[in-house]
Amino acid sequence: MTNYTEKDFVLLGERDIQTDTNFASQPYWRGVFKRFFAKKRSVVGLIIVLVIIVLAFFGPLLSQNGYRDITSVKDPETGKEIVARGLDPQIPWLDKLLGKEADDGLFADKTFLFGTDDLGRDLWTRTWYGARVSLLIAFVTIFIDVIIGMTYGLVSGYFGGAVDSVMQRFVEIANSVPRLVIVSVLAIFMPKGIGLVIVALLITEWIGMSKIARAEMLKIKEMEYVLAGRTLGASNFSIIFKDVLPNTVGPIITQVMFSIPTAIFTEAFLSFVGVGIMLPECSVGSLIEDGFNNITTLPYQIVPPIIVLALLMLGFNFIGDGLREALAPKLDDM
Amino acid sequence: MKKYVFKRILTAVITLLIITFLLFTLVRIMPGNPFPSERMTDEAIAAKREEMGLNDNIFVQFWNYMKNVMKGDFGKGTSLYNGAPIKTVLGKSLANSFKIGGIAILLGTFVGLVLGVVAALNRDKFMDVFCSVVSILGVCVPAYVFLIFLQYNFAYKTTLLPYFFDSRRFFESTIIPSVSMSLFTMSTIARFTRNEMVEIMDSDYVLLAESKGMYGSKLITRHVLRNALIPVVTVLAPLVVDLLTGALVVEKIYGIQGIGKLMVDAISGEGIDYNYVLALGILYSALYIGIMLIVDLVYGLLDPRIRISSKGGDK
Repeated sequence: MTNYTEKDFVLLGERDIQTDTNFASQPYWRGVFKRFFAKKRSVVGLIIVLVIIVLAFFGPLLSQNGYRDITSVKDPETGKEIVARGLDPQIPWLDKLLGKEADDGLFADKTFLFGTDDLGRDLWTRTWYGARVSLLIAFVTIFIDVIIGMTYGLVSGYFGGAVDSVMQRFVEIANSVPRLVIVSVLAIFMPKGIGLVIVALLITEWIGMSKIARAEMLKIKEMEYVLAGRTLGASNFSIIFKDVLPNTVGPIITQVMFSIPTAIFTEAFLSFVGVGIMLPECSVGSLIEDGFNNITTLPYQIVPPIIVLALLMLGFNFIGDGLREALAPKLDDM
Repeated sequence: MKKYVFKRILTAVITLLIITFLLFTLVRIMPGNPFPSERMTDEAIAAKREEMGLNDNIFVQFWNYMKNVMKGDFGKGTSLYNGAPIKTVLGKSLANSFKIGGIAILLGTFVGLVLGVVAALNRDKFMDVFCSVVSILGVCVPAYVFLIFLQYNFAYKTTLLPYFFDSRRFFESTIIPSVSMSLFTMSTIARFTRNEMVEIMDSDYVLLAESKGMYGSKLITRHVLRNALIPVVTVLAPLVVDLLTGALVVEKIYGIQGIGKLMVDAISGEGIDYNYVLALGILYSALYIGIMLIVDLVYGLLDPRIRISSKGGDK
C-alpha cells in the first residue's frame, strides 16, 4: 500500500463541478421563505397588509384630529361655532404647491385627507383607527382560537379511539350551528359591542384550526420519531406539545391567514347589522355603516373603509395562497 | 348505499335535535323576566308563569314546544309585530328569502360555471384574466357593499331600478339584491371550475383520449367537464350557507321582508325578541344541516369513492 500525500493530487479546478442548486438540501423554513417570496402575488399581499398595519397604527398620529374629535372653528363675523360637517377631502399644502387658488372658507387651513363625516370628524383618523380596531379584534381572537383549536385537535388526534370519537361528535355538532344563530343567542346574554364580536369569533373559529391540527396529528403520529419518543418513555404531553406541535405550525399559519379575513369580515358584518362596535368607537364595519347611512348626502364617505376592507381581504388571501403553495411545493414549482 | 343514506340522515336529525334543545335551554335560562313587573302583581306573574308552563321541568317544556313546532307553531313574538303569531310572519319571510336567494344561487352557479369553463379553455388569455379579476373581487368585497354600489348607481343616481324592494314590481326589484348576492357564489364557482378543468385537461387520461383522436367539444364535454363538475357540488353547500348569512344585511339594506331582516330586527332592536331568536335559530340550523345533508348525499351518488371511504369513518 502506498501512502498518498497531498502532492499526489492535482486540483483540476471547478469547471467540472456542478452543484445541484434545485434539489440541494436546505433548511425547511428557508425553502418555504424562498418559495413564498418567489411568488409575486404573495409579496404583493404581504406589502398590502404591512402598509395597512403601519397606517392603522401610525395613521391617526399624522392628523391633528382625534378619532372622536369634532372639528369646529369660530366664525369671526358672527362669533358662532361652525362645525366642519361633510367636507370634501382637502390638502392645503398640496393645493398651494400645485398653485391652486386657495379656498377662502373657514376650514381652508385644515387638512382632511379623506374629508370629514356628517358630524365633523376627520375621516382619515377614523378610518385608520377603525382599521386598527378591526385588526386587533381579528389578531386577538384568532390567536386564542389557534391555542384552543390546536390543543383540541392535537389531543383528539393523538389519543384516537373513544376519546377521538367523542371529541369529534362535539365538533360536528358545534360545526352544525350557523354562526348567525350563535351570534343571536349571544346577543341575549351579552351587551352589544366589541365583547359580543370577540366571543362570537372565539366560539366559531377554533373549529377549523382543530380540524387541521387533528389531520396533521393523524399523519405525524405514525412517524418513527414519535414511536422512538414513546419507546424512550416520553410522556404523552411532551410528545403532543414538544415533538408534534412544532411540525404542525405550517398548515396552522396558513389557516390563520385565511381566518383573519374571515374574522374581519364577520366583525364588519356584525357592526353593520348593529350588534358590533358601538359609537363613538369605530371599526371598518361601523364606518361602512355610517357611510351607508349618509350615502345620499356624502357619497365619498363610504369609500375609504370599503377600500381598506377590500385590501385587507385581498392581502391576507394572497399571503394565505402563497404560504399554502410554499409549504407544500409541487415538483414543477421547484 | 342505503345504509350510508340512512346513517347520514339519522345523524343529521340527531344533531338538529341536540342543537334545538341547546338553543331552547339557552333561551329559557336567560336572565330576566318576560312579564312587565311594574304593571303586574307578583301573584299575577306567578299565575301567568304557571299558565304558560314556565315552572315545568325543562324537558317537559321542550317536549311541549317541540310538539307545537312539529305543527309549525312557534308561539308568538315577545316584542316584534305586537306579538303576532310567528308562523304567519315566518311563512311570508321565508317565501321572500327563498325567491331571492334561489335566483342568486342559480345566477351565481350558472354564470360562475360558464366563466370558469371559458377561462379554462382560454388559458392565460383575456377571459382567464377576467375570470381571476372577478373571483378576486368576489372574495374581497362583501355582498352588501356591492348592493350599496348598485343601489347608489342604478336606483339613486339613475332611477332605472327601484330603490327599495317592492313586491308589486317583483322582477325589477329582485335584480339588485340577487345580483349582489350572487357575486360571491359566482366568483368561488368560477375559480374552482377553472382550476378543476385545468387540472383535468393536464391529466393523463385526457392525453390518452386526445391520442386516440378525440378532440374539441366532444373531448371537453365527455371527459373534462363531467369530471370537473363533480367537485363543484361540494363547494355549493358552504356557498348556500354563506348566502344565508349574506342575505341578512342585503335584506336589511334593501328593505326585503325576509328571514334575514327578521333576524336583524329580532336581535338589534332595543328589546330582543326571544321567541323569534329561538324560532329563527331552529330554522337556520335546520336549513344549514339540511343543505349539508343534501350535498353529502348528492356527492355520494355522483362519486362512488366517497361512499366507500366513508365506511372507514373519516373522510
